[in-house]
Amino acid sequence: MSGRGRGSWLGRVFSTDHKVVGLQYGFTASAFLLLGFVLMLVMRRQLAYPGEALPWIASLLGEARAPGGVMAPEFYNQLGAMHGTIMVFLAIVPLVAGAFGNYLVPLQIGAADMAFPRLNMLSYWIYLAGGVLMVSSFFAPGGAAAAGWTSYPPLASVATVGQTLWLLAMLALIASSLLGSINILVTILQLRAPGLDLLRLPFFCWAQLVTALLLLLAFPALQAAAVLQLMDRLVGTSFFLPSGLVVNGEALAVSGGGSPLLWQHLFWFLAHPEVYVLILPAFGIVAEVLCCHARRPLWGYRWMVGSTLAVGALSFVVWAHHMFLTGMGTVVSSFFQATTMIISIPSVIILTCLLLTLWGGRIRFTVPMLFALAFLPMFGLGGLTGLPLGLAAADIQLHDTYYVVGHFHYIVAPGTLFAIFAGIYHWFPKVTGRNMSSWLGHLHFWPSLVCMNGIFLPMFAVGLAGVSRRLYDGGETYEFAQGVLHLNRTMSQFAWALAAVQVVFLINLFGSLLWGRKVDENPWRATTVEWSAPSPPLPHANFAAPIEVIGGPYGYGDPAPAGPSGSSEGAASSSHAPFELQARPRV
Amino acid sequence: MSTIPYRLERREDTGIDNGRLAIWLFLASEVLFFGALLSSYLLLRMGSEAWPRGSERLDVAVASVNTLVLILSSVTMVRAWEHARVGRHGRSRVLVLVTAALGIVFVAIKAYEWREKLQLGIRPADDLFYALYFTLTGVHLVHLVAGIVVLLDLALRARSIEASQRGLLAHRLEISGIYWHFVDLVWLVLFPVLYLT
Repeated sequence: MSGRGRGSWLGRVFSTDHKVVGLQYGFTASAFLLLGFVLMLVMRRQLAYPGEALPWIASLLGEARAPGGVMAPEFYNQLGAMHGTIMVFLAIVPLVAGAFGNYLVPLQIGAADMAFPRLNMLSYWIYLAGGVLMVSSFFAPGGAAAAGWTSYPPLASVATVGQTLWLLAMLALIASSLLGSINILVTILQLRAPGLDLLRLPFFCWAQLVTALLLLLAFPALQAAAVLQLMDRLVGTSFFLPSGLVVNGEALAVSGGGSPLLWQHLFWFLAHPEVYVLILPAFGIVAEVLCCHARRPLWGYRWMVGSTLAVGALSFVVWAHHMFLTGMGTVVSSFFQATTMIISIPSVIILTCLLLTLWGGRIRFTVPMLFALAFLPMFGLGGLTGLPLGLAAADIQLHDTYYVVGHFHYIVAPGTLFAIFAGIYHWFPKVTGRNMSSWLGHLHFWPSLVCMNGIFLPMFAVGLAGVSRRLYDGGETYEFAQGVLHLNRTMSQFAWALAAVQVVFLINLFGSLLWGRKVDENPWRATTVEWSAPSPPLPHANFAAPIEVIGGPYGYGDPAPAGPSGSSEGAASSSHAPFELQARPRV
Repeated sequence: MSTIPYRLERREDTGIDNGRLAIWLFLASEVLFFGALLSSYLLLRMGSEAWPRGSERLDVAVASVNTLVLILSSVTMVRAWEHARVGRHGRSRVLVLVTAALGIVFVAIKAYEWREKLQLGIRPADDLFYALYFTLTGVHLVHLVAGIVVLLDLALRARSIEASQRGLLAHRLEISGIYWHFVDLVWLVLFPVLYLT
């Protein structure tokens, strides 16, 4: 569909090929991921050594952000708000939906491209514009948004201009995400190759389908909320501003009568489905990797699909469990408490099915498999620690403490992020025709696993001690926090170690592009449709010839009970159990 | 260069083509967008001690004329599509232009209504009623202007669109029409909610 010649650099940058757009999403989102990570490292430095002068970083930050080399509390708040915003809206979601979804969905359904290639390109560029606007708000007068990633009014309504930029950037990101999700939905439903009925779809595609539905139906609430908050900030309306509001000792000159709680309802109507947007594609990636490297069909495929749909539907009726402390009343709290407990059932079914997939498998401990295996207990820990938060009585104690931070980071960091790593190691040969170094992969995986737990496990202890997650000094001034203060330093040291280990990954990623061992089109002996395409798949066509689908996604036969093992990673070997590709050239 | 299947023809197992599926999905998200705004309206109104009657503060007569204009535009939109479907592209084009013109009339009347309010010194910041009035009608207006742009574009490029593929123009008109009717429908909700209650 690209109007320009393929040779010109313009044609390549403004490409409509889903693979190029997917990689653009991937690299852009990874850059934002790195930025969000660096912001967190700066925060962790402040938490480990509160009030001490920063080293060389201070000169980069400037006098306004770090007077005398000591981080200003206002700047710490900006870092906190922007870390959350960047990680959720600019890094993880674009990675799982934009990069993995764009690149893999057309390949897995045997299509030549997305249903609307130009719309696809457009959604990437809107995303990039929104992302750049969001990050540039650091240079606005008064700095970036500092009211948390949740932007609760009235704090957000009276914040500096950075908050306006936050809202405008969010409107761009929402527009991009709407276009992207419509494209994914239409692609999956309409462009399936002959023979690929819905119940033959790889689970990854089901996960993407439900994710796109959630993005499509949840984001409009935030869009509406953002419009209203923009009106409050720019035109002076009082949608979220109650009467009698006093700021800095002075009555705010607004008409009032609005409701700050309204924002919370609208925000969490988006943001709770958003949590499942963060995790469902991760389930999808992990399912593909587990089946392939355990040489087993997905256990309970239909249960998995049903549970995913159930999670998607239920995620729209649990939002107010984020608001138990707002005094909504017992009846409302009980309702959301009940739905929250119910939604854990399909989640547990999914996790159990993934675990049971391993049963009787012949597991190859490849690097993608290690990440996928680690995902299971890490997500499990994140999920289980969420249960007390879903119960109002326990949540009243734990709300807004580091316990919450530990809980959702277990789901997103060693959870989703590990799934993303698993996906990168798994599909790298498809994208490049080369394999990543297994040795460097191990060097990346094991320290990452240790560091992730080193960072997030202590947070439960800190949170249970009652330390609030918003404190600029990490709780130093509080009597009750004294017993857990030393953990702040431990967590920070693990964070720095984690940063160091990611250098290994970057070396592996870029080194393998140039020097990775060349492999054939299906080095893992996987079965889904994308492995029938050349590596890398052909521009604007993907497959060398039209294909048809002849079976289910996971044609891994029962492995023989015994046999020579220890086949080298990715190599063609007779020791592999028999497997059946899902697709063949159409005749 | 690849060709994307089911651009115009319907896929058998889903029973729909790509474009129509996309516009319905888009409208689903639009329903939630306006749904969120109307929920906000409800919540804010229910949380207020007193709420003025819309008819006391707003010009019902002018808005009624506007409602008729918009309903008429939906009729001309359908007629435009019907003509395009059977190949009468000349007449179809005229009706698309009439539809867009009616849309512009709506915008003009709306602008007059707003100007009247602003000249009286009424601002969105005055109270929640006016805040909601300006915001909801403003958001609706943005949607309508987007629709007008799409229709004008279709009318201008009608010949080249039809030349590129037979039946493409009618298809585009159908999709644009679905959107146009939706924007019309939103007004049919906003009008009684804001002006009559």
